[in-house]
Amino acid sequence: MTQLSHSPLDEAITILLAPGGLDAQALEPGLEHALGPGVDYADLYFQRSWQESWVLEDGEVKDASFNIDGGVGVRALAGEKTGFAFSNQITAEALAEAGRTAAGIARGGSRLERVAVSSTSASARYAGVDPLTGLTPEEKIALLKQADRVARAADPSVAQVSASLSGVHEVVLVRASDGTLAADIRPLVRFNVSVIAIRNGRRERGSAGGGGRYAMSRLRDDNVAERYAKEAVRQALVNLDAVDAPAGQMPVVLGAGWPGILLHEAVGHGLEGDFNRKGSSAFAGRIGERVAAPGVTVVDDATLADRRGSLSIDDEGTPGAYTPLIEDGILTGYMQDKLNARLMGMAPTGNARRESYAHMPMPRMTNTYMLAGRDEPDEIIKSVKRGLYAVSFGGGQVDITSGKFVFSASEAYLIEDGRITAPVKGATLIGNGPEAMGRVSMVGHDMALDTGIGVCGKEGQGVPVGVGQPTLKLDELTVGGTQS
Amino acid sequence: MTQAFDAAAQQTLLESRVADALDQARQAGADACEVGASVDQGVEISVRLGDVESVELSRDQGFAVTVYLGQRKGSASSSDASEESIRAAVEKAMAIARHTGEDPASGLADAELMARELPDLEVHHPWNLSTEEAIELALACESAGRDVEGIENSEGASFSSGEGVRVYGNSHGFLGSQRGSRHSLSCVLIARDARGMQRDYDYTSERDPARLASPETVGRRAAERTLRRLGAGRPRTGRLPVLFAPEVAGGLIGHFLNAIAGGALYRDASFLCDSLGEPLFPEWFTLVERPREVGGMASSAFDNDGVYTRDNVFVDRGKVASYMLSAYSARRLGMTTTGNAGGARNIRLEAPLTAHDDLLARMGTGVLVTELMGQGVNGVTGDYSRGAAGFWVENGRIQHPVEEFTIAGNLRDMFASLQGLGDDIDTRGSVHTGSWLIGEMTVAGD
Repeated sequence: MTQLSHSPLDEAITILLAPGGLDAQALEPGLEHALGPGVDYADLYFQRSWQESWVLEDGEVKDASFNIDGGVGVRALAGEKTGFAFSNQITAEALAEAGRTAAGIARGGSRLERVAVSSTSASARYAGVDPLTGLTPEEKIALLKQADRVARAADPSVAQVSASLSGVHEVVLVRASDGTLAADIRPLVRFNVSVIAIRNGRRERGSAGGGGRYAMSRLRDDNVAERYAKEAVRQALVNLDAVDAPAGQMPVVLGAGWPGILLHEAVGHGLEGDFNRKGSSAFAGRIGERVAAPGVTVVDDATLADRRGSLSIDDEGTPGAYTPLIEDGILTGYMQDKLNARLMGMAPTGNARRESYAHMPMPRMTNTYMLAGRDEPDEIIKSVKRGLYAVSFGGGQVDITSGKFVFSASEAYLIEDGRITAPVKGATLIGNGPEAMGRVSMVGHDMALDTGIGVCGKEGQGVPVGVGQPTLKLDELTVGGTQS
Repeated sequence: MTQAFDAAAQQTLLESRVADALDQARQAGADACEVGASVDQGVEISVRLGDVESVELSRDQGFAVTVYLGQRKGSASSSDASEESIRAAVEKAMAIARHTGEDPASGLADAELMARELPDLEVHHPWNLSTEEAIELALACESAGRDVEGIENSEGASFSSGEGVRVYGNSHGFLGSQRGSRHSLSCVLIARDARGMQRDYDYTSERDPARLASPETVGRRAAERTLRRLGAGRPRTGRLPVLFAPEVAGGLIGHFLNAIAGGALYRDASFLCDSLGEPLFPEWFTLVERPREVGGMASSAFDNDGVYTRDNVFVDRGKVASYMLSAYSARRLGMTTTGNAGGARNIRLEAPLTAHDDLLARMGTGVLVTELMGQGVNGVTGDYSRGAAGFWVENGRIQHPVEEFTIAGNLRDMFASLQGLGDDIDTRGSVHTGSWLIGEMTVAGD
């Protein structure tokens, strides 16, 4: 870990402020506009992003696009109230107008005393590089074509291959009335392969992908084109042989890695500060109580190097952190932004996130995962007489109030007499978060993180996240197949 | 609203920027090009427990250019339509087009298909409401809900109102503009019993504010919907008929439309590949699109290719009558566009409708589903498995709420076993439908 030097801040000021004729001093009058009478906190969030995506279909890269977005969001808080406005111009006039609009939330009162600026000192969790320049256009196209060749060569039933390569170079700068001045350069890249296999009139899809916060050249160095192409074909072929999934309650073994979206849905959202402050979460007011079986320890960790969900600083300028949520089954913490932390008398945990300058920040997950246990993964399978072994998933959803969550398997197998047997069609699994976590009876020693594909949606805002877990067994979960 | 929005001036400005961009692209050497630009302005207000929670003012801009060099293509977009951003976008799109591969199907839609008349479809109804008046509406909504006995907490009420302009032009000389507005009010409430908490919501959303449901109605309905979920049990596992309430039945139409969309078909990624003429629904079922309906939520006289929109029949007396195509996907399939670049616009049913109680009676014993969770729909195979909540029905009567179960089947079987449509049409979205009674699905619960 290298200590953040002044360079991200200097770079952010140059990139974000200079084009509109502003410098670091211009932040102060900008903030002043938002700090109207009665406002007890205000922040300015500057952002600019360059996004590029290359898509291969039919063996050719026929479509590619480039997007530039940027602007400033201004927020003013007064107690539980938030005023928010944004502009896609970063100029003194735009700052003044957005600031006055946001400050309108407070209906008079005293003016906040100014706090001296203190630059945030945070450890860099990824290199502040422009990921898009790591490969030439020719190299990007070659990578996609390699995925196409590998996938088509892998099996004659492969009828369609699509592959995509995308990257974002994002620069953010936060100035807040509590003295915060922080900047971050956030790279994010992703490679994805999706195939359709057709055999005897039956068609199935398989897909694989991954990425993280690093330069695109690392995708090439990691040989992702070949790996994900082979993985996508393997999954499609497994699904071509899949039989109908069972329906009803049964033991479920979840594989290591991406199945960690169980945690994201079953407990993660329910532990976000806003829901708990409002008492709308099934976990509200339960800190110190048992909410999962012994042996279950879940953390949110923004500090992992180069991961998709990692953050050197969050979108309020708080350093990214390692936050234990559940320790040995006991609820120990919530994920907080500044607003909810203050109203709940807790400390911010570096979980304030927003999709862009045009969105308000909220408490959100970064990388959420379960720590390894002691069980042999093989022994976990052997312990099940009849059940489901699910190794890959599509999406999930949770009703944080009732605690009900779902997630949908995209690759799963029957377990019969302690052995993995036939692949089954994708089925949705449904449960109640606190109940399901209480039914975790075995935890493997094989903790793995996902490959870097997660997007989490909350109130219409999408942010990149990571998940992970070891192989684990839930004694009972409802499997939504068709064979009752 | 509190920010002035001069739609006419914005339209003139965007039209001139789009024309400039088309000129620039041609000068840069593009053989053909197309440009879209939009600006939307609005306010969103949240109140909770009788007090304002947030006031959010937004002004979103978007600008996108696509250039063609022969059969090669490049696209670039930006969050503002300033002259400088346009110049940068055109340059970037040209640079990309020099690297992409040839695509025989690429290019603009045929010139003779461009929309010629652009009638006013009456979808722009600005609402000059002050922030204070908007707050009052949201407060009245939440308060009507919280006044209902048994409601103990609230996630609040939200009011949003916005209007905008979208302009599309291409090098055929087509330049189309459309102004629009949307106003919404919603409320989410929480109740509790010995088994835990439940929440539910209600909303109203219209292009014309005069058509919105009253704040009190939305609040009370949210309360009723929340309270009726208390005391939920789980249904037994088995094969049962399922009645989809209107708010979830629209999703079934959505799955069908996704499966007949050109993009899924030419990628072999649909369970309805090669399905034209195939009987999929019962003979009494017809599904149409009315893109030029006056005042419709998704009305537009031209699609995202500039092609004129026309009434489409996607299902005619049970059979798949047409795919849903853009210029590009049509070329890929050797067909002609149906004016559906950008998707379906105003989907309507033409079928006999049944009173809700009669549908319940027809179902006998089964589940009424009012909420679906998760993404368990596989468009490639038609396999369907989703989390659900709703009510247990016996002998045509609602018995008690049920939750934490799944419903599963295959969309082909579900469509074929459609046994009736309710007259309880939900008109809030662009798909208008009542309840759907599906003959049999696998319910997984206790």
